[in-house]
Amino acid sequence: MRAEVRAFLQKDYAAGGFGRGQEAMARYDVDFSRRWGQAGFIGITWPKQYGGRGLTFLDRYVVTEEALAAGAPVGAHWVADRQSGPLLLKYGTEEQRQRFLPKIIAGEAFFCIGMSEPDSGSDLASVRMSATRVDGGWKLNGTKLWTSLAHICHYMIALVRTSPVNPENRHEGMSQMIVDLKAPGVEVRPVYNLAGEHHFNQEVFTDYFVPDENVVGEIGAGWEQVMSELAYERSGPERILSTFQTLVELVRQVGDDPSEVEARAIGRLTAHLMTLRGMSVSVAGMLADGKMPVTEAALVKDVGTNYCKEVPEVARLICPPEDGAGNSKYEKMLKTATLIAPSLTIQGGTREILRGMIARGLGLR
Amino acid sequence: MNEMRTLILDTAERIFRDICDQALVDKAEKGEWPAGLWQTLEESGLTQASVPEERGGAGGTIGDGLYFLKTSSRYVAPLPLAETLIAGVLLAEAGADVPAGPLTIAPVRKGEVIEFSDGKLSGTASRVPFAHGASAIIVATSAGLAIVDPESVKIDRDKSMAGEPRDTVIFDGASATIVGSVSPDRIWELGALVRSVQMAGALEGILAMSVQYVQDRKQFGRTLSKFQAVQQSLAAMAGQVAAASSAADTAIEATEAGDTGVAIAVAKARVGEAAGIAAELAHQAHGAIGFTHEYALHQFTRRLWAWRDEFGGEPYWQAEIGRQVARAGADNLWKFASRT
Repeated sequence: MRAEVRAFLQKDYAAGGFGRGQEAMARYDVDFSRRWGQAGFIGITWPKQYGGRGLTFLDRYVVTEEALAAGAPVGAHWVADRQSGPLLLKYGTEEQRQRFLPKIIAGEAFFCIGMSEPDSGSDLASVRMSATRVDGGWKLNGTKLWTSLAHICHYMIALVRTSPVNPENRHEGMSQMIVDLKAPGVEVRPVYNLAGEHHFNQEVFTDYFVPDENVVGEIGAGWEQVMSELAYERSGPERILSTFQTLVELVRQVGDDPSEVEARAIGRLTAHLMTLRGMSVSVAGMLADGKMPVTEAALVKDVGTNYCKEVPEVARLICPPEDGAGNSKYEKMLKTATLIAPSLTIQGGTREILRGMIARGLGLR
Repeated sequence: MNEMRTLILDTAERIFRDICDQALVDKAEKGEWPAGLWQTLEESGLTQASVPEERGGAGGTIGDGLYFLKTSSRYVAPLPLAETLIAGVLLAEAGADVPAGPLTIAPVRKGEVIEFSDGKLSGTASRVPFAHGASAIIVATSAGLAIVDPESVKIDRDKSMAGEPRDTVIFDGASATIVGSVSPDRIWELGALVRSVQMAGALEGILAMSVQYVQDRKQFGRTLSKFQAVQQSLAAMAGQVAAASSAADTAIEATEAGDTGVAIAVAKARVGEAAGIAAELAHQAHGAIGFTHEYALHQFTRRLWAWRDEFGGEPYWQAEIGRQVARAGADNLWKFASRT
């Protein structure tokens, strides 16, 4: 599997198919995603009847880590491949699987995650977007926020309230629905990040109609469904490779005869990376065995994202960019790594939330 | 895990839990040899778990011996178990029988050379672990591997900050027989491996102690575990301990598979870094009591602080990895890091 992916990536890169970058989940290229899907790298664990390859979760791990290590722009299909497809396989109807999975696999249907809202960040149970029963479906009103790449996605899987908050159990009354972002009643607005880039969006729903056939799983079971989805989100290779290209360019900058200080720095960062990879692969193995390694996954994300943030901080001390060494690629990678760093320990569960989960796993809560 | 390993680790766990308590470690650090603990482990075949039966061992793999060592370090067993393991591996590799009793190895520091000519040894090895009291010192000499009787050499006693014997051994004039060959860096590499594994075990120990302590200790009318600041701190510690344990296990598996690559270097560099961070967090979680001799935490943390510097500290192994990465080149970094 590894050889097959590497061969594709090398050929596509050599043909000018993509430029290497960092935080690959945020970088997208619709054409690359289509080529990637047509080469058979999306939904590879899904059953063959939907166009998948029925391979193992560890095969998928290899495919995704190779793409990320190559700095390929995988953002467009990322969420559909990682969690929307698996969610539909687990909770969706047969009709939904047939309608969406082949298109996802072909790199033609992109999904985004509709969880956070203006008043609902880490505290996901506080979502307020309302779904009220109407003839043949549900009517949505409310706002979703921090939705990565919604402006290029075809669908969102939204977490909504199908019944009012029960103060005794805030996790009740939530449901998941597939939202067609091209349909009337939803407005997608850009939210520019600190680097001035358009990655996030805000979506305002006004009397937006969702037909019954787009409800995912059970009405009222949204919380449990979302929690199982998030386990896949936490421990993947994306949590340890966000700034990998900075390390690559640092190694190039240092050359083949490093000073003692340079050798220690790149050796240390490589030792951390290799250790994290071992941890991440081990969680992938547990997921493949059908386990729910919630604490282990949180540990990988906590240690992994801290490491990713450290890479540019170490690099700038070893090879100061203002020294003008002339490798503009190094300086570019260092700059983007520095600018994306703050997001790494916030998205997909903040450091504080993750450490709270770890503390629960230790028996402290 | 296979049946043999499960049996070894279950037996070890039971023995350490029953016999290896804080008082025993304390006495050992003051110079009293824990004969009962050693004898029980030796009679159970654990001290030479990875030596072939025909050479005097229990016939397990090197992985069995290393995981046993990890278990022993969760109880800070104050014995030369790591050194006996290395000695057994070296002797078995050389095709020699392994003597009974606690063994140690020399030299353990870079640059120290023990010469062998005309049947006689010369040279001095410093900071040799548990040299006095060892039944034999296994020495990597200029001419090969030698078994040396501690009675035949001069030993100046000293201790590490962990209270573990680290002696200076003057070999001048002692006689020895070469039993086989050994590559000069073999002790150094195996030393880095065993200290990584021992630190990983001790780190699991201090995490468990800290979790227990903050659940027992009350301040402001609630247990420390209820304070978010304490929870966050212990979660950060758990991350370091998990990374250390994973790096050590990867090195064990690679050694077992006979292809260590950079796994030992990665383990010593990563576990050593985790040791400092986690020890600091463990002491902070324990407050003043953890700084007293009365409470056992220091038996773990003093060992972590000592072990991280032995057989090459983090800078040594980081630079070793860094030079290999640099030689491989930027475009091969991923191949280097994902080598499985």
